Amino acid sequence: MTFSPLTHRRIAQFKANRRGYWSLWIFGVLFFVILFAEFLANDKPLLVSYEGKLYMPILQTYPETQWGGKFQTATNYRDSYVKKLIEKKGWMLFPPVPFYISTVNFNLEEPAPSPPSRENWLGTDDQGRDVLARLIYGFRVSIFFGLILTFFSSIIGVIAGAVQGYFGGRLDLIFQRVIEIWSGLPILYLLIILSSIIEPNFWLLLGIMLLFSWMSLVAVVRAEFFRTRSLDYVRAAEALGVPTWRIMWRHMLPNAMVATLTYLPFILNGSITTLTTLDFLGFGLPPGSASLGELLTQGKNHVQSPWLGLTGFFSLAILLSLLIFIGEAIRDAFDPRKVMAR
Amino acid sequence: MTLLQVKDLSVHFRSPNNVTTKAVNNVSFSLSQGETLALVGESGSGKSVSALSILGLLPYPMAFHPTGSILFEGQELLNTPENTLRKIRGHEIGMIFQEPMTALNPLHTIEKQIAEPLLIHKGMSKLQAKERVVELMNLVGFADGISRLNAYPHQLSGGQRQRVMIAMALACEPKLLIADEPTTALDVTIQASILELISDLQKRFQMGLLLISHDLGMVAKMAQTIAVMRNGHIVEQGQTSKVLKNPQHSYTKHLIDSEPKGHPSAISRKAANILEVKDIKVTFRGQKKSWMTRGTGDVKAVENVSLSLVAGETVGIVGESGSGKSTLAYAILRLTESQGQINFCGVELQHLSRAAVRPMRPQMQIIFQDPFSSLNPRLSVGQIVAEGLEIHQKQIGKLEIENQVQSILQEVGLSPEASHRYPHEFSGGQRQRIAIARALILKPKLLILDEPTSALDRSIQAEIIALLRDLQKRYQLAYLFISHDLKVVRAMSHRILVMKAGQVVELQETEKLFTKPTSPYTKSLIKASFDLLENN
Repeated sequence: MTFSPLTHRRIAQFKANRRGYWSLWIFGVLFFVILFAEFLANDKPLLVSYEGKLYMPILQTYPETQWGGKFQTATNYRDSYVKKLIEKKGWMLFPPVPFYISTVNFNLEEPAPSPPSRENWLGTDDQGRDVLARLIYGFRVSIFFGLILTFFSSIIGVIAGAVQGYFGGRLDLIFQRVIEIWSGLPILYLLIILSSIIEPNFWLLLGIMLLFSWMSLVAVVRAEFFRTRSLDYVRAAEALGVPTWRIMWRHMLPNAMVATLTYLPFILNGSITTLTTLDFLGFGLPPGSASLGELLTQGKNHVQSPWLGLTGFFSLAILLSLLIFIGEAIRDAFDPRKVMAR
Repeated sequence: MTLLQVKDLSVHFRSPNNVTTKAVNNVSFSLSQGETLALVGESGSGKSVSALSILGLLPYPMAFHPTGSILFEGQELLNTPENTLRKIRGHEIGMIFQEPMTALNPLHTIEKQIAEPLLIHKGMSKLQAKERVVELMNLVGFADGISRLNAYPHQLSGGQRQRVMIAMALACEPKLLIADEPTTALDVTIQASILELISDLQKRFQMGLLLISHDLGMVAKMAQTIAVMRNGHIVEQGQTSKVLKNPQHSYTKHLIDSEPKGHPSAISRKAANILEVKDIKVTFRGQKKSWMTRGTGDVKAVENVSLSLVAGETVGIVGESGSGKSTLAYAILRLTESQGQINFCGVELQHLSRAAVRPMRPQMQIIFQDPFSSLNPRLSVGQIVAEGLEIHQKQIGKLEIENQVQSILQEVGLSPEASHRYPHEFSGGQRQRIAIARALILKPKLLILDEPTSALDRSIQAEIIALLRDLQKRYQLAYLFISHDLKVVRAMSHRILVMKAGQVVELQETEKLFTKPTSPYTKSLIKASFDLLENN
């Protein structure tokens, strides 16, 4: 793939913003690591060697009888009886954080929520579950939710803005009024009401949020299409007989993409914050799921256990700051004044 | 007495990655009271940069002066602290900028803007300042403006704005006036009166005038001495009449030679009819005042224009800005809605749907004024030129398209390897060639040229005109040539259509129009644009 010189200069400009550049790297690494959360924090061992054979319980469920136990049910590897059984004829290798989000640590030395210890690095929550494990999974849910929501809402937003900006006139007028009314609906209340009727899950929440979040880009893209519409090279394309959709795609969209890309990190931030808000209020993901908002609720309920609140606060603050820094760098990269001053 | 003495001035620009651009190199000139010195050269020759460094208005510290000194009444201005310069700017030295729309603050009334230097430099009270503003408005010949002191720049016409700018520059009776292309953005008829005003005021106040221009005709009339600049150097300097009559340097000769001249080649008798336009009307619907009044704000941009065109013929359309020239062109191409008949090669376009016009589009193409905005900066030249072929001739393969692109680029005088580069790597003239290639690759019968040369320097203008004439002869193209520049139109067209406020004033054979114009408007247009030339 070859880049135009303009793209080259933009990449250079992005790199010139050291803070944003490093933020992108840190975020990238975090994102990559978190993709493999199951191998990072799990109550099943990564690898079991039993009677000379290797097993991967993390990928496959084995009954207890496999290890010479009595039950036909799935093995609880944290059970001290099972541990003994396996270690007699082999060994087990646990992930660095040997807890799953629902794993309750029954061997706490203090009543839950217990403070950070060698076993639970960030302590446990009020149900004795490991905070680090829940943080890793909660982080992943937040980022995925944000990314998917941003992706779909930008697609819808760009299309809506492009159509309005290109065709203008009555269509634009009607669409604008519809958007004004639609954006007047109180999203948070709507979600609270909906979640008291049906039990929300990840995709349902995403769908409902999508109904409202696509509007944030429309104004920018619409304005950009309005502006580009009267540019000479768009007129020239029209005079060449280039079909409308191709003009929009090839000659106008790249201009609008500058504004869109600049906005994306901020939309992503907004999506993450909304999900956290809902979880914090208890109207978000179903009970038991790990999320940053749920962690914050626990922090609020147990002020005497500062590791809960602090973990929630710092993880959220770091995630949002990273995205804002990246967003700033992208904005710099697309700033014509900075790029053009060679 | 010497008013301004510029010695050995150099201006370099430093970019963030430490590449130094030498904009001006060792330039020297001097100017005495009441004298006019013209800096002449093409865009990028460093004439504006030299003038701006007198007032210290360059983007320091990105710009810097390795050598030189600028003495104004014996006082050194170069590398002087801002505070000292501020006392001189607007007070001792006034400046008129090229584009009065962008040089005036759109958020302040004209009174406030003219009064500003008075309040700052002269310490006048508001009342005194107002009196002086009224005086100035009379002085610059904008007496009607006195009742419009509370108007904002957008409510004035281009000529009125330029008068406001001059009033601003003259407010404190400066000893030196710098005029940076003071009339380039104006219509010809207004140009003449503004120039008259400037030279009149200069005589009255015994000002030194530093005139920056690319227009030799104007310089010949205005300036006693002339300095020709090229690539940051002064190549020739001396008395205007001497330099223009007997140029020593080859570049000066080249500049003088590039005044448009010559005639288009004759049309063959059997030329086929290409375009027949009858009673074209374009109305822009204005803002309604309320739901009760209906369409009161409608603007009739083009009214009942008829014209015809045969193969190999050029019809020039002239008129001032806002006269509906471009709108007419867009209407003929069906890019703007209009009423009336448009018969193109025997097909009536007006009743066809947008989609039905599309297959006709390769036959009729347009070249725009500004070659910088008419090429998509994100596409390579090859992609830009090939786009028309990709759409209209889907049956031909990639290789064939590439071959055609290469050959058309060669035909318009570009090297074939240009197709892999991007528009910003080319100069204005080269870009206009790319735009011509984009239109020509479809083998059109009609080419509409919407001010194709007015964004270009004179010498490049001449090249583009030669190219267009050559192409017309070879392919029997029909041209509709829109311009406000009568000299260029005269060199290009067989017939000329004069427009004013959307209406046809005159449609006449070129030579007849110039020798025996029938309408007073045409006469004034011709007078305004050729008066300057005759002194040459």
